[in-house]
Amino acid sequence: MSVLVFAESSEGKFKKSAFEVTSYGKKVSELLGTNMVVLTINSNEPSLLHKYGAQKIITVTNSNLTVFNAKIVSNIIKQVAEKESATTIIVDSGANGLYVAPLIAVELKAGYASNVTALPSSTSPFIIKRKSFSSKAFANCEISTDVKVVSLAKNSFGVFENEVVGSVEEFSATIVESGITSVSIEQTKGKVTIADADIVVSGGRGLKSGENWGMIEELASVLGAATACSKPVSDLGWRPHSEHVGQTGKPVASNLYIAIGISGAIQHLAGVNSSKVKVVINTDPEAPFFKAADYGIVGDAFEVVPKLIEKLKEFKSNNA
Amino acid sequence: MISMKILVCISHVPDTTSKINFTENNTKFDNNGVQFVINPYDEFALTRAMWFKEKQGATVTVINVGNASTEPTLRKALAIGADDAIRVNCEATDGFAVAKEIASVIKNGGYNLVLAGKESSDYNGAMVPGMVASLVDFSFINACIGLEIEGEKATASREIDGGKEVISTSLPLVIAGQKGLVEEKDLRIPNMRGIMMARQKPLNVVEPVNSENATAIASFEKLETKSSCKMIDASNVEELVHLLHTEAKVI
Ligand SMILES: Cc1cc2nc3c(=O)[nH]c(=O)nc-3n(C[C@H](O)[C@H](O)[C@H](O)COP(=O)(O)OP(=O)(O)OC[C@H]3O[C@@H](n4cnc5c(N)ncnc54)[C@H](O)[C@@H]3O)c2cc1C
Ligand SMILES: Nc1ncnc2c1ncn2[C@@H]1O[C@H](COP(=O)(O)O)[C@@H](O)[C@H]1O
Repeated sequence: MSVLVFAESSEGKFKKSAFEVTSYGKKVSELLGTNMVVLTINSNEPSLLHKYGAQKIITVTNSNLTVFNAKIVSNIIKQVAEKESATTIIVDSGANGLYVAPLIAVELKAGYASNVTALPSSTSPFIIKRKSFSSKAFANCEISTDVKVVSLAKNSFGVFENEVVGSVEEFSATIVESGITSVSIEQTKGKVTIADADIVVSGGRGLKSGENWGMIEELASVLGAATACSKPVSDLGWRPHSEHVGQTGKPVASNLYIAIGISGAIQHLAGVNSSKVKVVINTDPEAPFFKAADYGIVGDAFEVVPKLIEKLKEFKSNNA
Repeated sequence: MISMKILVCISHVPDTTSKINFTENNTKFDNNGVQFVINPYDEFALTRAMWFKEKQGATVTVINVGNASTEPTLRKALAIGADDAIRVNCEATDGFAVAKEIASVIKNGGYNLVLAGKESSDYNGAMVPGMVASLVDFSFINACIGLEIEGEKATASREIDGGKEVISTSLPLVIAGQKGLVEEKDLRIPNMRGIMMARQKPLNVVEPVNSENATAIASFEKLETKSSCKMIDASNVEELVHLLHTEAKVI
């Protein structure tokens, strides 16, 4: 028996979520009284994972795997799971984690819980908490199969250092025929994405026009944050659709979410419920968003935001 | 040339504005007063299917795995333009079991393109389409934001963290789709004629293959309600900076 964690890297570098799933896997293996094995593919520096509790690291290096392919990767995970007699498989909830997990579940005849937010509350029966109703509620899900697949929701557990000595083992995996060819990848480089950001600054229809986004971008850049918006803002073409958050847009699970000129409609809140701390700036003291916020300012964004930028710059220079 | 035989998977979910409550000691969703609709992501899949039908020729079947209460949702899909509907008669409580039911219908029906949504807005499993693809051994694209098919060749794009990937593949194929497959303004809604015609269209109820459930919901929990929001005066913005640093510890 063991816990198998898939720690994803991109262009050889681990994503932050790789450290989170490793930290999480370590704790799960302790609860189950078993060991953890971490699988990496084409990572430049697999041994980094020792720092997060990974004793046994298995690495696959293959030039045909520079671009993620869900079918091939799910099959490799299956090969390693069988070799290591893994009974719990853990992946992240990024685009690739969510792509590969259901395929692993079928390959291993395993029950699967996605968007998991906590450690199992019980290991026998195996019960684990996951998001449901578009983050308006949680479900405690019992997985009854021998093998279990779990995808961990981003930023829900955290990264914990727990240095161990261990080994890195190369595994020569069989590569299956996938029927899928990657033609091109377009990715914004250098800009913080909503998915990765610790802080998100988001603007709504209260900002009146796309031309007023300069101060939103400046606030984001002072904070090292990603920018986001409400749905009408992207529908109006003020901002790209990739920035729209909410039930029908992107989910945000940042440490800090700053909502400016957003009313707080239920469909918007569904996308930001998983953010830890929420700040709301709105002219209307009755705006529903205040009920879901931690800190609120009733005021005009065009006055408050420039002041906030100024004060943050002062703060940053004093704390640099 | 092969013809497209499309199966669109329709999940029957509470409307996005619904209040979420639970009954029976937090083990059941309280559907009292809740309006059920076609899962928003599935609407994109269904409209894309209608375009294939109109522009390239295809038959479009919609399927739901669920009890009789989902039939109005299937009728709505028929009113939007699907040719026929299948309801697999069982309670859908586990994604793996649902996927096995759909896989069995695909094998018997000879479908070569399966369009689904990327997740159901109620249980948010994000698993049925991938599982279906794996069970029937079709190619699979998750979080799909664009799909073109010519003959047997398919070009699709999928959303990745911070961008998109363009993929080439071929039929038979399963898609888990979302906005981008078509745009929101293009989503089809039923018109009067469609509603009248839907009444005559076949809605076939089939019995399940009854696979065992791999998961079950032990209980639900509602979100904890926030302790009240701390209000800061608009003239005192530095107080916010201070609190975010010392109290919330997020900057
Ligand atoms: C099926 C469905 C799905 C949906 N999905 C989503 C979704 O995923 N995401 C989403 O965001 N919405 C979604 N919506 C839309 C949602 O219902 C709301 O309409 C939307 O969130 C409102 O956006 P808003 O808050 O930017 O605009 P508004 O509701 O117009 O609010 C603007 C706010 O700005 C404030 N304001 C005005 N001027 C200023 C100023 N100078 N300074 C500060 N504040 C100011 C106002 O007081 C107001 O509260 C969905 C709707 C439906 C029906
Ligand atoms: N009971 C069901 N009947 C038919 N299709 C379903 C059902 N449940 C899920 N689906 C399809 O699978 C997609 C993803 O759902 P889920 O895996 O439940 O998040 C949905 O958008 C539907 O297209």
